[in-house]
Amino acid sequence: MIKVTCRRIDSVTVVDLGGRITLGEGATVLRDAIRELLAKGDNRILLNLGDVTYIDSSGLGELVSGFSLVRKSGGDLKLLHLTRKVHDLLQITKLYTVFDVQDDEARAIAAFDTPAGASGAH
Amino acid sequence: MAQRQAIVLDSRIESVDQAEATAERVAASAGFDESERHRIAMAVREITVNAVMHGNAYDRGKKVTIEFQLSPDELVVKISDQGTGFDMEVVADPLAPENLLRASGRGIFLARAFMDQVDVQPSSAGTSVLLIKHRQPPLPTPPPHK
Repeated sequence: MIKVTCRRIDSVTVVDLGGRITLGEGATVLRDAIRELLAKGDNRILLNLGDVTYIDSSGLGELVSGFSLVRKSGGDLKLLHLTRKVHDLLQITKLYTVFDVQDDEARAIAAFDTPAGASGAH
Repeated sequence: MAQRQAIVLDSRIESVDQAEATAERVAASAGFDESERHRIAMAVREITVNAVMHGNAYDRGKKVTIEFQLSPDELVVKISDQGTGFDMEVVADPLAPENLLRASGRGIFLARAFMDQVDVQPSSAGTSVLLIKHRQPPLPTPPPHK
C-alpha cells in the first residue's frame, strides 16, 4: 500500500510518499499523482521518499518515467530523503547519476532555482 | 541435509507479493541477515514478475512454480513459467547511458546484482531461472573454558 500527500512550498510541490512503490497499485498511484500535477501545470516536483519502505524495478521505472515527463514539460523532479535500501538501489542501477538527490527539504526547495549541476547534490 | 519447499502460483500480479513473502521467510529460516533477506526476496520478486508478465503473459491457465532448496552451502531458488521461452539474455543493458531513462528492463539485472549466481534456461516449454545464494560458513565454535 502506498500513501501520497501533496503540499505546496513556494513554487514547488512536495509529494510525501510512504509505503511500497511496486508493480501494480503502488506504481500506478505514483504515475497518476505526477500526471495530475503536470495537468495542473505544477512541474516543479520534490518527491519525498523518506517513508518509502520498498521500491522494485517497476517502481524505479515509474520514477524514471515521471522524471522524463516532468523534464519534457520544462520542469524538474528531485528526490528527497532516500532510505538506505532505496539509496543502494539507485546506486546499483546508476539512477543516482540521473536524479538530483537531496537530504534537506529547505535546500532541496532552493535547488529548484539553482542551475543544474551547481546545487552540490550527490 | 537439504530442505525443499515448492509453491505453485497463478499468473497474476498478486502472486508476485506471495513469491516475495515466501522467499523472505525461507531466507530468514536459512539464517540470512536482514539485508541479504531483502536482496533474496527482491531477486525472487523480480524474476517472478518476468514469469507472470513476459513468460505466462498473465494467462490464467498457466502457472509459475517456485522451488526453494536449502543445503548447508547455499539457497537455490528455481522459478519456472509455462510460456514460450522468453529470453532474458536479450534484455538491453540498463546501465548503458542510452538505456538509463528506460522505464523497464531492470528486473533480471537486479536479480544478478543481488544473487551470487543466476542461470536462465529458456525452452519451448517455458523459462526456468535458477537463483543461487551462498550461505556464510558458521563462525568457529570457541574452545570451552577450562
